[in-house]
Amino acid sequence: MVRKRKPFDWSTALVTVCVVVAAIVVYLRDGQARFVAVFVNDAGIFLDILPKMAAGCLIGVFSTLLIPREMVARWVGAESGIVGLLIATAAGAIMPGGPVTVYPVAGAFLAVGADIGAALAFVTSWTLLGYARALVWELPFFGPDFVLWRMTVAPLFPLFVGVVGRIVAQAIMTREAKP
Amino acid sequence: MMALAIGALLWVIVAALVLIAALRSGSIVETGLREGALDFLRLTPRVLIGVVGSGYVAAVLPPEVLAGLLGPKSGLLGTAIATLAGAFTPGGPVVGFSIGVAALKSGAAAPQVIAYTTAWALFAIQRVASYEVVAMPVRVVWLRVLVSIPVPFLAAFGAMLLGKP
Repeated sequence: MVRKRKPFDWSTALVTVCVVVAAIVVYLRDGQARFVAVFVNDAGIFLDILPKMAAGCLIGVFSTLLIPREMVARWVGAESGIVGLLIATAAGAIMPGGPVTVYPVAGAFLAVGADIGAALAFVTSWTLLGYARALVWELPFFGPDFVLWRMTVAPLFPLFVGVVGRIVAQAIMTREAKP
Repeated sequence: MMALAIGALLWVIVAALVLIAALRSGSIVETGLREGALDFLRLTPRVLIGVVGSGYVAAVLPPEVLAGLLGPKSGLLGTAIATLAGAFTPGGPVVGFSIGVAALKSGAAAPQVIAYTTAWALFAIQRVASYEVVAMPVRVVWLRVLVSIPVPFLAAFGAMLLGKP
């Protein structure tokens, strides 16, 4: 898996600082009992999600190893119309990898002449339906009920963005083509 | 029960993927297990801080204020605030998801939090600027962002219509 090496993880550091400050405030303001109660409650949630997280990491890594990116690109480039958008949506949902790999793939669709709506649907689907982020991040943080709730409404949006994007792009091109 | 079923399903998927990998070659299984374990080790402290820490952040946030801004009765304005917050949230998934969980624990309604995570996923300004603009034509990126603006609102509305599944 291609990863951007970061010397220092500012995101985690920022969250850690906020959490430490909040924990100190809770301890001083509400006392030790409340401090321990919050910890025990959330530590329970954390232990509960650990096995799911482990499975999510393995699914992410193995699907990256088993699904070649070139294959996904070929599917999306080959179709147009609503079928093209549906294929782009499916491809975005199963596309492994993070932002470092996904945006270049979408850029490559456009370079090889794929329809702009398909490229937009692909990126939208990856951000909203991509299982990698849902399994590895969203499931541990929010739990299965929330993820299912969000995922139930999400599948229409890549199609929406693809269709509207295509119409807007065509309108812009027609206007620019006029003298 | 639902959580248990999902946990079991995930491990069935893992088993199937490992089996497919094993049929191709043993080295894929080895690489996969090693990288998966490394990912898990990298992720664990971040999720620990996010999940356990969000309880403290939620305890400190004034529930009346948050419930007023983003609660079940906050409606369109609450959704707009959540969408803006999502667009301006910096950093990686740890930051976005920690904020979402803390908000949920201290009185924000699920549709508003869904709008927040949807906006953050679709057009967090920092990610668009640092990853997307460098890899795709700038005009296409702008088109995508503009067309995506209604989506967090539609997601919140859809979640409200649906109710909790």
